[in-house]
Amino acid sequence: MSKDVAILGVGMHPWGKWGRDFTEYGMVAARAALADAGLSWPDIQVVAGADTIRNGYPGFVAGATFAQKLGWSGARVSSNYAACASGAHALQSARASILAGFCDVAMVIGADTTPKGFFAPVGGGDRKNDPDWLRFHLLGATNPVYFALFARRRMDLYGATAEDFAMVKVKNSRHGLGNPYARFRKENTIEDVVNSPIVSDPLRLLDICATSDGAAAMIVSSVEFAERHLGSMAGVPRVKAVSTVTPTYPQAMLELPDFATDSTAVVAANPISYKDSIAHAAYEEAGLGPEDLSLAEVYDLSTALELDWYEHIGLCPRGEAEALLRSGATALGGRIPVNASGGLASFGEAIPAQAIAQVCELTWQLRGQADGRQVDGARIGITANQGLFGHGSSVIVSL
Amino acid sequence: MSETIQRVPAVEGWFTVPAPGSGDLPHLIGARCTGCQTYIFPPRESGCPNPACSVDELAAVPLSRRGRVWSYTENRYAPPPPFKAPEPYVPYALVAVELEAEGLIVLGQGSRHILAADLTVGMEMELDIDVLYREDDTEYLIYTWVPAAPSGHAEGEQAE
Repeated sequence: MSKDVAILGVGMHPWGKWGRDFTEYGMVAARAALADAGLSWPDIQVVAGADTIRNGYPGFVAGATFAQKLGWSGARVSSNYAACASGAHALQSARASILAGFCDVAMVIGADTTPKGFFAPVGGGDRKNDPDWLRFHLLGATNPVYFALFARRRMDLYGATAEDFAMVKVKNSRHGLGNPYARFRKENTIEDVVNSPIVSDPLRLLDICATSDGAAAMIVSSVEFAERHLGSMAGVPRVKAVSTVTPTYPQAMLELPDFATDSTAVVAANPISYKDSIAHAAYEEAGLGPEDLSLAEVYDLSTALELDWYEHIGLCPRGEAEALLRSGATALGGRIPVNASGGLASFGEAIPAQAIAQVCELTWQLRGQADGRQVDGARIGITANQGLFGHGSSVIVSL
Repeated sequence: MSETIQRVPAVEGWFTVPAPGSGDLPHLIGARCTGCQTYIFPPRESGCPNPACSVDELAAVPLSRRGRVWSYTENRYAPPPPFKAPEPYVPYALVAVELEAEGLIVLGQGSRHILAADLTVGMEMELDIDVLYREDDTEYLIYTWVPAAPSGHAEGEQAE
C-alpha cells in the first residue's frame, strides 16, 4: 500500500501585522485551500489544527476552533502544539488518519496573530519551574540570543562574515518580491543589513525574522480519493515523508529554551546532531537524498540559521555553507534554490502557520504555479524547521 | 530604614553564595545520577535524563568553576519582562561556557565588565556571582561568567 498522501489544495492569507482575530486569517486560508482542491467544507472528514498559544482558549483547540468557524459538520478534529513545528505536526496527524484508513480527506490549518517586539513568555505570574519563564527572568535570553550563539559559532569556527549573513537576507528579499503572500516585498541590499542596528551581537535587525500574523491551510487525501476526485494523480504533489523526530540523548547543542546542554560525560555526543537528524529521518522515510532535491524551504529565523540548515539537510559539508551561498547555488536560477518563497526573511514568523506555508510553497513550485519565483522543472522539495522544546519537522513533497 | 542589604539567590539551589569574608569561591550546583553518573544542569530532584538509565536518585554536586567559551552574544536592547532591566538600560554579554569534566555547556550572563568584543570562542572563563536586580532592601543574585584570572590556581579543578 502506498504511504503517499496527495496534496489536493493549498491556500494562504497574506502575512502582515494587523492584530485582528487569528480565525479571520485562518478562514481566508481554509476557503482558498478548499477552492483549490475543488471540494466543499462538508467533504472534509478530519480537521488537524496547528495551535497558537498567544490567542487564548480558541488557539489551544485550533482544530475545533476552525471546525466551528467553518460550521459544525461533525468532522473529527485534532489540535497540535509543537512550537514552530506545530504545522508539520498537524500535517502528520492528518496524514496518520489517512494512512490508517480512518479518513479519506483532511484539512490542515494554522493561523496566528502576534504581539509586537520580542516574543516573551506566555501568561503571567512567577513560574520558577518553567524554563521558558526562567530564561527570560534570570538571563534575558530572548530567542535572538540563541540565534546569535549559533551565528557567532559560524564566524569563529568557519570564518563567516556579517556580509555573508547579509547576503542571505538579500537573496531571500529578492525571492520574496515575487510572492503575493510575503509581508516584506522590498529588495534589501548588503548595506541595508550591515547598517541596521545590532540586536543580539553579531545579529542585526535585518538578520532576524519578524513576528507576523498569517494563515495557511492544506487539503490532503489518500491517493485513492485523489484519483477518484481528479481522475488521475498526474501532476498532483505527494507528501512522501514527514519527520517529527525528537533529539537523542545527549542533546549536545545549546537549544531554545535551555540553560544547558545534556552532559556528554557518560554518553558521547551523537556525530549526527539533532538538526541533522530531522532531515535524515525524512530522507530515510522518502527513500530520497539531498542530491534528489529541486528546492528547499528552511527555517531562516535568522540569516545565519539558514546557513546552518544548508549543512543539516545535506546540501554541503559542515563549514561550507558560506561558500555554497556565495556560489549562487541557493538563489533562484542556481542548482538548489533555498527559500524561493522569500523565507521567514520576507514573511516574518506566524508560528502555527509557518511550517504549513513551507509545504504550500513546495506545492505551488511542483505544480509550476509559483509565478515570479518559479524553480524551473521543480519535482522534489524539502522543508526543514525547528521549534523549541525538542520539536522539529521536515516534510518531503514530490510529484 | 535598615542599612542591611539582604543577598538572596534569584533562583534556589543552582549556585552557592559564599558568605562574605569566608574565602570560599562560588560554584554552580548540578545534579548527578547515582547510577550512570551523568550530570544535569539546572539541578533537579530526581529522574536521570539518560534513556539507558532508569535510576531516579540524583545527588547535588558542585560543578567545575572554570570552562571555555562555546559561544557568546550581547543584548543591545532590554529583554522583555520577566527580565528586570535596569534603567537606563546597559548592554550586557551572554556567554555559553563548556565545562570539560561534566560535558555540559552552560549559558549565563557575562560579568558587567565584558561585552562581546572582549570574548572569543575557546577563551577560559570562571564563575562569579553578581546582582541580577534589587528590590527594596534585597539584592537578588545570579551566577555570571568572567574571564578567568591568569593565576591558574583553579586550573584543572574538577567537580569533585
